[in-house]
Amino acid sequence: MSTISRVWQLVGALLILAGSAAAESPLLINGAGATFPYPLYAKWFSVYREVDKSVEINYQSIGSGGGIRQFLAGTTDFGASDAPMSDEEMAQAKGGTFHIPTVLGAVAITYNIPGFKESLNLNQEVLAKIFLGEIKKWDDEAIVKLNPKVQLPKNQYIVVCYRSDGSGTTSVFTDYLAKVSPEWKQKVGAGKSVKWPTGLGGKGNEGVTGLVKQNPGAIGYVEMTFASTNKLPMAALKNQQGEFVAPTVSAVSLAAAGALGKMPADYRVSITDAEGKGVYPISAFTYLLVNQQMANPKGEKIVKFLKWSMADGQSFAAQLNYAPLPKALVSKVVSTIDKIKTAGAPAQGKMN
Amino acid sequence: MEEVSGGILDMIGKLMTKSSRREKRRDVHLGDRIFYYSLKASAWTLVFVLLLMFGLILQMAWPAFQHFGWRFLVTNEWNSVTSEFGALALIYGTVVSSLIALVLAVPMSIGVALFLNELAPRWLSTPLGFFVEMLAAIPSIVYGLWGLFVLAPFLRTYVQPPLVDHLGFLRLFEGPPLGVGMMAAGVILAIMIMPTITAICREVFRAIPQSNREAALGLGATRWEMLKLAVLRSSQAGMLGATILGLGRALGETMAVTMVIGNNPDIKVSLMASAQTMASILANQYAEADSPLHLSALTAVGLALFLVSLTINGIARFVVWRVNRKYVRGH
Repeated sequence: MSTISRVWQLVGALLILAGSAAAESPLLINGAGATFPYPLYAKWFSVYREVDKSVEINYQSIGSGGGIRQFLAGTTDFGASDAPMSDEEMAQAKGGTFHIPTVLGAVAITYNIPGFKESLNLNQEVLAKIFLGEIKKWDDEAIVKLNPKVQLPKNQYIVVCYRSDGSGTTSVFTDYLAKVSPEWKQKVGAGKSVKWPTGLGGKGNEGVTGLVKQNPGAIGYVEMTFASTNKLPMAALKNQQGEFVAPTVSAVSLAAAGALGKMPADYRVSITDAEGKGVYPISAFTYLLVNQQMANPKGEKIVKFLKWSMADGQSFAAQLNYAPLPKALVSKVVSTIDKIKTAGAPAQGKMN
Repeated sequence: MEEVSGGILDMIGKLMTKSSRREKRRDVHLGDRIFYYSLKASAWTLVFVLLLMFGLILQMAWPAFQHFGWRFLVTNEWNSVTSEFGALALIYGTVVSSLIALVLAVPMSIGVALFLNELAPRWLSTPLGFFVEMLAAIPSIVYGLWGLFVLAPFLRTYVQPPLVDHLGFLRLFEGPPLGVGMMAAGVILAIMIMPTITAICREVFRAIPQSNREAALGLGATRWEMLKLAVLRSSQAGMLGATILGLGRALGETMAVTMVIGNNPDIKVSLMASAQTMASILANQYAEADSPLHLSALTAVGLALFLVSLTINGIARFVVWRVNRKYVRGH
């Protein structure tokens, strides 16, 4: 009997503790979506807890498609997606949605050519033909012509590896191929998962990397952050200027700068195959999705966080191998954030 | 309220006068009755959840069936860019990879079960049996990664090249040896379903009365003849049940297969080629489905898999139940 009463005392004490903790607990803001920027967002949200102790941002990396669905259903306070929402999806959002580009990602072409340690050069046409299965061997004339100074193995078959799961990475990569190759556009098209003409599918970046490392003669595509973190070999791609550019954080930021002139007000734009010097051509934005009108107190807190992400937040990008937004774009995005209405009034100077 | 208590009293009265089997449950105490009904409710909840799941999946899959009709099950194109969906290649991939697994796993499992139950001394059979059962406890993603990083390179280097060289004319073994593909999926599934089949076979062999074995030996049978006559022959139905339960697991296995099958929804005769199964396409594409029709088509694949697994499990239960009844009655 005494044990039981002691248990009850303990339960009571715990309840009181929980109650007092709840009284001081921060405002919980929920978001879900893209997996690609997750390492950066996780860093942001943990750092931001120190910046503003009154909020806690909870982010689930469930994938871009799920992120958009949950956001439209109103389950989350904000969404995150690598691909911008389609017009149909935009129409479903009550009160309108803002796309806030946060950082840039890129798709790196990685390879495993036996006895080949140098950097590989590829151009638009050759890349498309390899993934179409039309160029079958590494010593094909077209590849040799692009890499005159290095020795490619004789008679080595190319094994194409792709992402088998639906992903923003595939979407960006196929979007690029569809832009630079009419044949790709007609035969395959662009999307999060496509019908690949040839090759092997691996699940996730690690699945593709596994296949590439295993198979002599393999070529595949992965996120640049993943490739850099894992020190995979990455091909340099020919851009519109005719330069061969390897995927680096600065070359990807340049892609956004190059696309700035044609940037629509809602940022829903593909920046693959962008113009400009030093641009890496397979680059893309990743977005946070927020409502144009939000109720306080969450609304204000989200706006404050978004502004922080454009200022201090950007400095965390490069160390995690994400490309920060170019300066000119940051100021443009900040003016978009200012347009968010919280509780019917502009965000600034509104304190309860 | 009155009606309920009246009903209960009435039932108790009926129970008292009913057959002896019913009389065992003659629970006059209120506590017993509450206990009985709460257990009954839990049992029915399971059935209800299953029906609810089935209903929800059917509802979500309906647009795809409406759009494609029977074509969905008999066409081969799976292309989310053009919104053309047909599940034939997925069904083919599931069935063939599971059959490879059975061909490899069933003889092996029966052998292991026979050895552990009938031949091995106890000091060996207990730890060995434990190891076999531990195979079932390994998470499937671990199997998948092992398959990708160990099994596939092994197949590519040591198994597939000689198969191509010597049996390439069979068409089952043609094409470049890539390691990853239908063969790797079949082998990994075989390893995964072995503990299930072995465990059930051991139970089935154990159900055979010791006197049968003694009778066979007493009539002058050798050990092998004893196993054949007294154990294997009378366990046929039970071994079939074990096989079908193993098949059920192979059909639904997702992660491990996804890692090693190559994920290419296409029908190719060669076992070296990459393929795709119903479960693995769900794991691959569900989270990032492009359109409502794509989502619905994936759910339809899930429904097909649900029905196939349910049927196969049902058959297995029936077969095992029959063999058990035969021996229980025999005693």
